[in-house]
Amino acid sequence: MKCTFIVYRFDPAVDKEPSYQEYMVTAEPTDKILDCLNKIRWEQDPTLSYRYSCAHGICGSDALMINGRIELACQKLVRDFKTANNFVIEPLPLFKVIKDLVVDMNPFFEKHRTVRPYLISDEDPPETERLQDSENQKFFEPALACILCGSCTAACPINRSNDKYLGPAALLRGFRYVADSRDTATGSRLAQLDNEDGAWGCKSMWWCTDVCPKSIPVTKSIAQIKRLIKEEEKRKTAGS
Amino acid sequence: MKHQFDVIIVGAGLAGLRAAIELGEDTSVAVLSKVFATRSHSGAAQGGIGAALGNEEEDNWEWHMFDTVKGSDYLGDQDAIEILVRDAPRTIYELEHLGVPFNRTPDGKIAQRAFGGHTRNFGEAPVKRACFAADRTGRVILDTLWEKCLQRSIRFFDEFQLMSLIVSEGQCHGVIAYELASGKLHTLHSKAVLLATGGYGKVYKTTSNAFASTGDGLAIAFRAGATLEDMEFVQFHPTGIYKLGILISEAARGEGGILRNNEGKRFMELYAPVIKDLAPRDMVSRCILEEVRAGRGIDGKDYVHLDLTHLGEEVLNTKLAEITGFARIYSGVEPIREPIPVQPTCHYMMGGIAANADGKVITDSEDTPFLGLYAAGECACVSVHGANRLGCNSLLDTLVFGRRAGKEMRRHIHTVGFSPLPANPEKEVAAKIAALMESNGNETGGPIREELQEVMMDKVSVFRQRSGLTEALEKVRELQGRYQKIAIKDKGSCFNRDLLDAIELDYMLNLAEVITLGALTREESRGAHSREDFPDRDDKKWLVHTMFRYSKEEGPQVFFKPVTITRFQPKERKY
Repeated sequence: MKCTFIVYRFDPAVDKEPSYQEYMVTAEPTDKILDCLNKIRWEQDPTLSYRYSCAHGICGSDALMINGRIELACQKLVRDFKTANNFVIEPLPLFKVIKDLVVDMNPFFEKHRTVRPYLISDEDPPETERLQDSENQKFFEPALACILCGSCTAACPINRSNDKYLGPAALLRGFRYVADSRDTATGSRLAQLDNEDGAWGCKSMWWCTDVCPKSIPVTKSIAQIKRLIKEEEKRKTAGS
Repeated sequence: MKHQFDVIIVGAGLAGLRAAIELGEDTSVAVLSKVFATRSHSGAAQGGIGAALGNEEEDNWEWHMFDTVKGSDYLGDQDAIEILVRDAPRTIYELEHLGVPFNRTPDGKIAQRAFGGHTRNFGEAPVKRACFAADRTGRVILDTLWEKCLQRSIRFFDEFQLMSLIVSEGQCHGVIAYELASGKLHTLHSKAVLLATGGYGKVYKTTSNAFASTGDGLAIAFRAGATLEDMEFVQFHPTGIYKLGILISEAARGEGGILRNNEGKRFMELYAPVIKDLAPRDMVSRCILEEVRAGRGIDGKDYVHLDLTHLGEEVLNTKLAEITGFARIYSGVEPIREPIPVQPTCHYMMGGIAANADGKVITDSEDTPFLGLYAAGECACVSVHGANRLGCNSLLDTLVFGRRAGKEMRRHIHTVGFSPLPANPEKEVAAKIAALMESNGNETGGPIREELQEVMMDKVSVFRQRSGLTEALEKVRELQGRYQKIAIKDKGSCFNRDLLDAIELDYMLNLAEVITLGALTREESRGAHSREDFPDRDDKKWLVHTMFRYSKEEGPQVFFKPVTITRFQPKERKY
């Protein structure tokens, strides 16, 4: 069937302003949106730029705005949309456009870095594995599905007004390490997140959870950080 | 732009990152990747990583070694396999200590599950040997290693395409890379280069591989004088989603999933009476196609059903959450209630750049090293997988040999200084890009790539025979000719995918030729290489590695190297 794709175009080398370009694509209902973009590029216009790699929702390269909603282009099929085979494709919001649908993700990864996204342990590991309660592993397991696609952070309204806010993706990673029983830096991790640029910046608007292509309960995970901060406070008050 | 590091690692998957961590403490190291590091295809690995921990039931490394040797159809080098399996438990504990969030047993140990071809007591029954984190094992290991690299402040060159190796007097001194965002060339000068560029499944039409899996590192090393090994051995994973090739992990069968034909029959019982659906991948892929040929494909088509309906919602939504999602999204099937339509999909390359167990690239059958050049992971052939890799041995391979390559490079760089670079090292690459950009030829890459993928799928996949292979070789060479007239429409220098596609296509054409040539040369059936005109394994003549050397005048040249056999003499391979 014939589909119309209206695609955001911007080449900083020649364009002052972004524009939209229209393409007609013959697609199957089961084609991914990424397949359609590939058809445009291979058959009509090789100058179109966008990122992609695994093409099945695992590598996190191709988060885009599709008909005004943030989606992975490789995880949405033509048949998933009720828009009469018309598609508007735009880059992720929030981030600076480098070219066409390619955005600058560096600020996103910089924030990721600041939550110390690695296990910190002041105990020497045993010769074999550390034991870990399977219930504890299950508690943070949903956060492990994150593919760092940036959808949640791009969707978050708080991020648009406070550029220092860590954003949902970095907080989710923060939660993953705060919740991991093997990590011994929980106190300092919680202290780091105990402010308006951290966990309290989240006003539970659920946009992150709504757009997450991996169905991760992002808002709930941030709420768990808040709960753990409160518990830590209580413990400290009770101790003093 | 010029940069200098002790070590340059090309590829940010598990092999590259593991090597980087090994070096990062006291060595200047840069990791170069054509996609952002966490987009590397190691992240797509689902089911698990094998190690005889014995956490769930009795197990030991000798059983793991036997299974790997038998799985390889006796083509794997047994000294290297022994290193792999003996180092496996240590590797898992190391990952756990780094923070990898493995699933746990009720008593808090690392949980394990069954996987294809892994057995107890030399083939008696399946054994639980695969350590896992749901069905996103690769994802969590990749994240953990990448984040460890961030902690170590290892320098990443993300979205840099490898263009060439700087080689003079038979020694590698660094790489030339193309920056995607600017179109600029960079010279990265080093004492050692590790190629960890992964597989090249994109040579085939139906594949579980990422778009980035185009074999750049192999083709570049090959033309620079490295030797390729066992390239005809291409793994087709039995359970790709019908028509799409997206992988449904072997863990689905490890957890109890069953393959059924159009009569609803569990056909693997006939072919592998002992371990049934958990037979190795080469076998199961052939069995599926045999069923299809016998008219027992679903609706008379070329696929069968993977039935997970009896596993229950809990197992599907937790231990197999990703693949359950894939089935729902891409085939519109609800695995809790309906079987998933599956067919074989190109998944893994057993062949690669010939390397020894310390990651040194070797150039001949006497193991003469290519100084300064190393390889690890899927792009290398050590060879631990021989003619067919067992599931959950590839993550293990990347980590064991990535680490060993790291150690060997550290030793090497302390013994040598930086050699002076040749004058104007970027010249050839710049000329190649300019020629492509300015070409006014009448070909475009798209159709050439499509025809390549189609002919490889039709003639050089699970079943092969001389006539088809000869046609394929002619076709690939014709496409190579057409490639010379290819033109680039995008004249820009920022994220010019048109140019990058063309560069990758050149590598794919090169590797397709070598795969087909190997398949044509090897007149026997062994592991994943199944010749219908030579249906039996022939140990007298073919218990050898196929080696390929590049000649500018005559193209790829074939020679052979003996297989190392230590503990297990070749026997008939039955399951």
